[in-house]
Amino acid sequence: MTTESVQLALRLAVLVLVAVLVQIAAVAQLSLLGATPDLVPLVVISVGLLAGPVPGAVTGFAMGLFVDFALLQTLGVSSLVLVIVGHFAGRLRDTVRDPGASLLPLAAGAAGTAVALVVFSLMQFLLGVEAPVSIELLRQIVATVLINTLLALPVHAAVRGLLGPALPESQRRRRRRPAPLSPLIQP
Amino acid sequence: MYPDRKTVRRRRAVLGLLVAASLILVTASFGDGLRSIERGALEVLGPIQEGASSVLKPVRDAAGWVGDTLDAKSENDDLREERDRLRRELIAARGAAQQNRELRALVKMDQRLSLEDQGLVGARVFGRSPTVWYSTVTVNKGSKDGVREGDPVINGAGLVGRVRIVSGGSAQVLLITDGDFGVSAKINESGASGVLETAVGDPRDLRLKFLPRDDVARKGQTVVTAGTTSQRYPSFFPEGIPIGRITEVDQDEGTVHVRPFANLRRLDLVQILTEPAA
Repeated sequence: MTTESVQLALRLAVLVLVAVLVQIAAVAQLSLLGATPDLVPLVVISVGLLAGPVPGAVTGFAMGLFVDFALLQTLGVSSLVLVIVGHFAGRLRDTVRDPGASLLPLAAGAAGTAVALVVFSLMQFLLGVEAPVSIELLRQIVATVLINTLLALPVHAAVRGLLGPALPESQRRRRRRPAPLSPLIQP
Repeated sequence: MYPDRKTVRRRRAVLGLLVAASLILVTASFGDGLRSIERGALEVLGPIQEGASSVLKPVRDAAGWVGDTLDAKSENDDLREERDRLRRELIAARGAAQQNRELRALVKMDQRLSLEDQGLVGARVFGRSPTVWYSTVTVNKGSKDGVREGDPVINGAGLVGRVRIVSGGSAQVLLITDGDFGVSAKINESGASGVLETAVGDPRDLRLKFLPRDDVARKGQTVVTAGTTSQRYPSFFPEGIPIGRITEVDQDEGTVHVRPFANLRRLDLVQILTEPAA
């Protein structure tokens, strides 16, 4: 294991601890547009985008487990959802043409939050929670996705700031595109 | 840049491992499988969460303040400085006043329902579930204070929930809006009793079911705990604790919609009845 990997693991551990505590102790008690912001999927998505599928999935598992333990939920449900979200956020980094694009965290945050909430709800139904699919539930999901979309860029910047030096060189700074060549001097 | 085959295999292996571990955890903890581990986790994480909650209280207050003052007009620098200082004091004073109101309401409720001899334990909420699927809060009183699983929890407005899991210094409270919650309840005005359950996703809409067919419920009537035990919901709740007000009566489905009195999104102080006389 390289020094960079150890440093990344340590920073991710701190990130998981801080993010879950902030979510549970402060953010979960705020209400915007009738819903509560959920920083957890945003943090997992940012780790996936910055560090790749394996750190994304491992962070998702750890955060999910921590959340389930802290809130005494059915263990493993949040982990399963966030492992998938973290892995595919990391895969997104490899497949998009410009992984440094400033709007990528925004789009990934919105899509990832929507996937996390929908899969989480489906898991609850599979586990036997007897509940009607009410309009209010759908409204809550939509409102949370909207709020998380607004928070995606600041959260991504914060995660980038914390992981900073431990990230691979290519992910430390936002990639700047070279100025396009003039048609007159193209080779 | 696409990864090589070895990297892809490694990624898939890690993903498979983590998904399998999650599924094993879900299976093991389904129902009450890992209750002792959960209790241990509450024991360890409770004090950490409570500490974090105290540390982050100014952040919560500030966020609430931002919401309340978005439309404030700008003033000159001297006045701003003065205003900021006054605001800091105001936030603290509002918090104290709110707590005072809550405590007064609690005392009033205790006197009205004669709850003083039912082992009342005051507790402070320091953590809550962010999803609509798990309507729970964590409070800073536990088995050391005499709190046991199943104890009713109230605030100044009415019924809040019941204790789900207890550790030494903290306890998790299942709110009345959780899908797993249910209580025998009756309409105060007519005495007709039924079972109160919740609809996941809408914390302000409870459903009163299984009312006798010949009893007519009306909008605006008050629903209180029945204090009786049913096979489905063994009740630890004393009779007469206010739950909510009827907002809608669905004659076709035989369901009565009830809006809870307690504002469950803004819980701060609650009381636990450690010796409930149901």
